[in-house]
Amino acid sequence: MVNIMNKEEYKKLVKKYEPKKNNCMSLLISFLVGGLIGFIGQVIVNILITSFGIAKMDAYAWSCIIIIASGSLLTALGFFDSWVGKVKAGLIIPTTGFSHSVTSAALDYRKEGLITGLGSNFFKLAGSVILYGVISAFFLCILEVIIHG
Amino acid sequence: MASYKFKDAYIYDFYSIAGPLESKGLIKKYDYCLNDYYFGEKTFEMAEVKMQQTVIDKLLFNNDLTDEYIDLIVGGDLLNQIVATTYNSKKYNIPLLGVYSACATFVESLIVGSNFISNKMGHNVIAITSSHNLTAEKQFRYPIEYGGIKYPTNTFTSTGSAGAILSNKGKIKIESATIGKVIDMGIKDANHMGAVMAPAAADTISRHLSDLKRDINYYDLILTGDLGLIGVDILKEYLNKVYNIKLKKHMDSGCEIFSQEQDVNAGASGPVALPLVLFNKVLKSSKYKKILIVGTGSLHNTTLVNQKNSIPAIAHAVSLEVL
Repeated sequence: MVNIMNKEEYKKLVKKYEPKKNNCMSLLISFLVGGLIGFIGQVIVNILITSFGIAKMDAYAWSCIIIIASGSLLTALGFFDSWVGKVKAGLIIPTTGFSHSVTSAALDYRKEGLITGLGSNFFKLAGSVILYGVISAFFLCILEVIIHG
Repeated sequence: MASYKFKDAYIYDFYSIAGPLESKGLIKKYDYCLNDYYFGEKTFEMAEVKMQQTVIDKLLFNNDLTDEYIDLIVGGDLLNQIVATTYNSKKYNIPLLGVYSACATFVESLIVGSNFISNKMGHNVIAITSSHNLTAEKQFRYPIEYGGIKYPTNTFTSTGSAGAILSNKGKIKIESATIGKVIDMGIKDANHMGAVMAPAAADTISRHLSDLKRDINYYDLILTGDLGLIGVDILKEYLNKVYNIKLKKHMDSGCEIFSQEQDVNAGASGPVALPLVLFNKVLKSSKYKKILIVGTGSLHNTTLVNQKNSIPAIAHAVSLEVL
């Protein structure tokens, strides 16, 4: 005896067994971790300005470089992989996420050659960040011109 | 009808290799365990090839056989163009038939191989499969070191390789088989393969039982492939609701390899998951006499999943009798 179950009924059956995702908790963790990275960046800026006498604009650039480099280094050492699973988007949204995505792609594809492997796959994941970053920057600039003239 | 009985087809010997994480899991009796994912090779892909070669070498060595005694290799893996199997086979002077059913590949190899043995078209056939967590991860998901978000429904591709010599003598009889149909219940989530594969497993189990006019209790154990912790619950309810079959004496390979502390979400997957559990837990325990193994494969492809197509699945079943 076969009872036929349609796709909608099956989807309901599947849904019943899917563990509930705790989105609020993920949001909170991401917010705190992302904020913490921002805080660390600001601390680096302040140290650079007060202890090394670097100009404010340069200090921001250096802070960015330090964050990106450490993101890259931690990816290569294999920490990031498991951390992202725990802290969700908190590590992906800041610049650390960008450096993480290019470093992980570079690590994977370097054995397939400098051009055919590393070069062509370097921005495999980060490509979307660049593309949509540039597009949104473009529209924000237009908005800025409209508002402030 | 797609169920067939075999004549004088047996598993003569088997051998398996497990990866570093698998060997720290629930099963302790693997024939050989890897210490790292490279296995002395430069790339993970070549490590997977070497795992398969080691399995075949050991099968030949342990049974005092050489290339010329083996009539055929039947095998497959998860890599594009099943390269682990093809690159492995170039070492041997043995004809090759490559097969692919994703994680049901090993069961498919058993069916194809047994058919040759049963029809006296060969004396010894090797069935082989492998999977490697990192090569599969790279191919189906993100770069290895990339920390993509893992969902509780995600399964973890197990690392290892397993092979068996099929022959017309042996202690484990390959009694019959049911070839799976491709079933698509409209699930589009590649992170929930248990849900994708459960209907295919249910369909194959019910067809196997009705074709051969058997009751589910005929078997001492139904060993499904890699449905995982969530997929098992779905299978049980689906089987009960649609086919009125109550699954009791059941084990899922996905739930038997890793322990809960190993942080693998819904459990193990990959074509090697089923033979690892079958060889190292089920057959070595010699508790079960009549075993139905149901390999389940999610036939997805990243391009078609990104194009928003639903994912089809297949399940092949083989009935084994331990003599």
